[in-house]
Amino acid sequence: MSIPADLKYAKTHEWAKLEADGTVTVGITHHAQDLLGDMVFVENPAVGRKLAANEECAVVESVKAASDVYSPIAGEVVATNSEVEDSPEKINQDAFAAWMYKIKPDNAADLNGLLDATAYQALVDSEAH
Amino acid sequence: MPFIPHTEEDIRAMLDSIGAESIENLFDEIPAALRSGKLTRVPEGMSEMEVSRLMQDRAETDGRYLNFIGAGAYEHHIPAAVWQITTRGEFYSAYTPYQAEASQGTLQLIYEYQTMMASLTGMDVSNASLYDGASALAEAVLMAVRSHKSSRRILMPKTVHPNYRKVVQVTVKNQGIELVEVDYDAKLGTISTDLNDDADFAALVIPQPNFFGNLEEVDVLTDWAHSKGSLVIGVVNPMSLALITPPGEWGSNGADIVVGEGQPLGAPLASGGPYYGFMACKTALVRQMPGRIVGRTVDLEGKQGFTLTLQAREQHIRRSKATSNICTNQGLVVTASTIFMSLLGPDGLERVAASCHANTLALLDMLAKIEGVEQVFPGPNFHEAVIRVSSPAADILRALRAQGILGGYDLSADYPELGQAILVCATETKTDGDLQRYAEQMERILSKRREAPPCAYKS
Repeated sequence: MSIPADLKYAKTHEWAKLEADGTVTVGITHHAQDLLGDMVFVENPAVGRKLAANEECAVVESVKAASDVYSPIAGEVVATNSEVEDSPEKINQDAFAAWMYKIKPDNAADLNGLLDATAYQALVDSEAH
Repeated sequence: MPFIPHTEEDIRAMLDSIGAESIENLFDEIPAALRSGKLTRVPEGMSEMEVSRLMQDRAETDGRYLNFIGAGAYEHHIPAAVWQITTRGEFYSAYTPYQAEASQGTLQLIYEYQTMMASLTGMDVSNASLYDGASALAEAVLMAVRSHKSSRRILMPKTVHPNYRKVVQVTVKNQGIELVEVDYDAKLGTISTDLNDDADFAALVIPQPNFFGNLEEVDVLTDWAHSKGSLVIGVVNPMSLALITPPGEWGSNGADIVVGEGQPLGAPLASGGPYYGFMACKTALVRQMPGRIVGRTVDLEGKQGFTLTLQAREQHIRRSKATSNICTNQGLVVTASTIFMSLLGPDGLERVAASCHANTLALLDMLAKIEGVEQVFPGPNFHEAVIRVSSPAADILRALRAQGILGGYDLSADYPELGQAILVCATETKTDGDLQRYAEQMERILSKRREAPPCAYKS
């Protein structure tokens, strides 16, 4: 699968998308779900929780492992996706559509500190070796 | 595995191959000050015959006593079939059942154990056991803190077994978890129900029956803790659950986590072990529960199969985020418990529990008639109660022991405020004659003490 060019990426394999309303939507990448395998459980942060950049805030659990999900940027959780909580396999089906939570960023410019699609592709390639 | 010791030649060959002069050279890296040297307090070895003679002699001194001590370890009748079946070769394996296709029997047994424990406690799920009751409580405290998130305070009543409280303290003290001691009502010997704690806390621990054998007001306490947004951890005697309300039905919503000591269900009193801890919880907390869970499913051909579920949370995969630090699973004792519960059935368990309760009431009745004995708390009790005696507890217990009776647990070290108090327990193993004998000896000893108080240095 190609890595969408309109998203930003964390080194810890989360994707982040700046929405028109100023919020940032977060999920895990196709590469991350591929490594983890069949998803069985998603635990999202509570709405209203304040997150620091790189803070552990969610857990995705596959048949193989339970992994922490980190917040790509600082901000407050404003929404969580109950659909992926009810059907975690949606992350396997389309990781870039199956978002997990939305943050109202403290500073939207923080997104510039994340990787773009090309840099993320390079990271994935380097980790493959 | 064959028993083949190394010969001198074998040892020489191994040393030569790694270029060492002697076995002693292998320890060169260890500074001399750290080597223990001769163990002067460990006696010399004995021959097999000497050991078996010694053990027989010691066993006889154990067996002669009539036991009225409970305090966390209880004497129950164990049908001979229990350990006869438990020690069959098929159950006698040290291997954990990770390889489901090779472990269906073990997995099925654990599945049945979990089903029975969930049913007994009235909870949704049970794990496959932990090390013992005290460490299970410590794990429950860690679990409550993990799932509560906003508070690291735990309300820990003084009516919880003193040893359990110590184990919890040691386990959590370096994790920033605060154990807040909750005093008991001096008249009732139970947690005061007008608890007033305004600070946030992660969980309230409720022992049922409590260490004094008294029944707590579990419904009021559970609802109070829930109204504060906190969890409830029940610490229960599994045998009592056949008779009294299971934790799953406490208050409006039931306890959240239930732990306890599994020993009463088929494990003999054996110098302190091996025992096992059980743990059950609500479905919502299952991913925070330490230990393993066995699930039942069907294979591709539709045949029933058993497998470990929620494995991703276990310590072997989640590492630093593991939900348990004690993965010890007391497989063999759990096997005995499962067989014990299967043989007795719900009716059998209820009969045993009712008989314990009746014997304890009968004993308390007899003791109440003795001058110099009073029941400290009014009850209700399950199969244990606190009595106060008119002479020092240690002296009375020593005199009873001289008559072949283990008269109870001396509370003076753990609860000095209770005065000369003893915790007594009568299970279903006691006959009317046994109870009578205890009461008669107690009366005789106390009346002798009244006539001639003992010299401090004579027992």
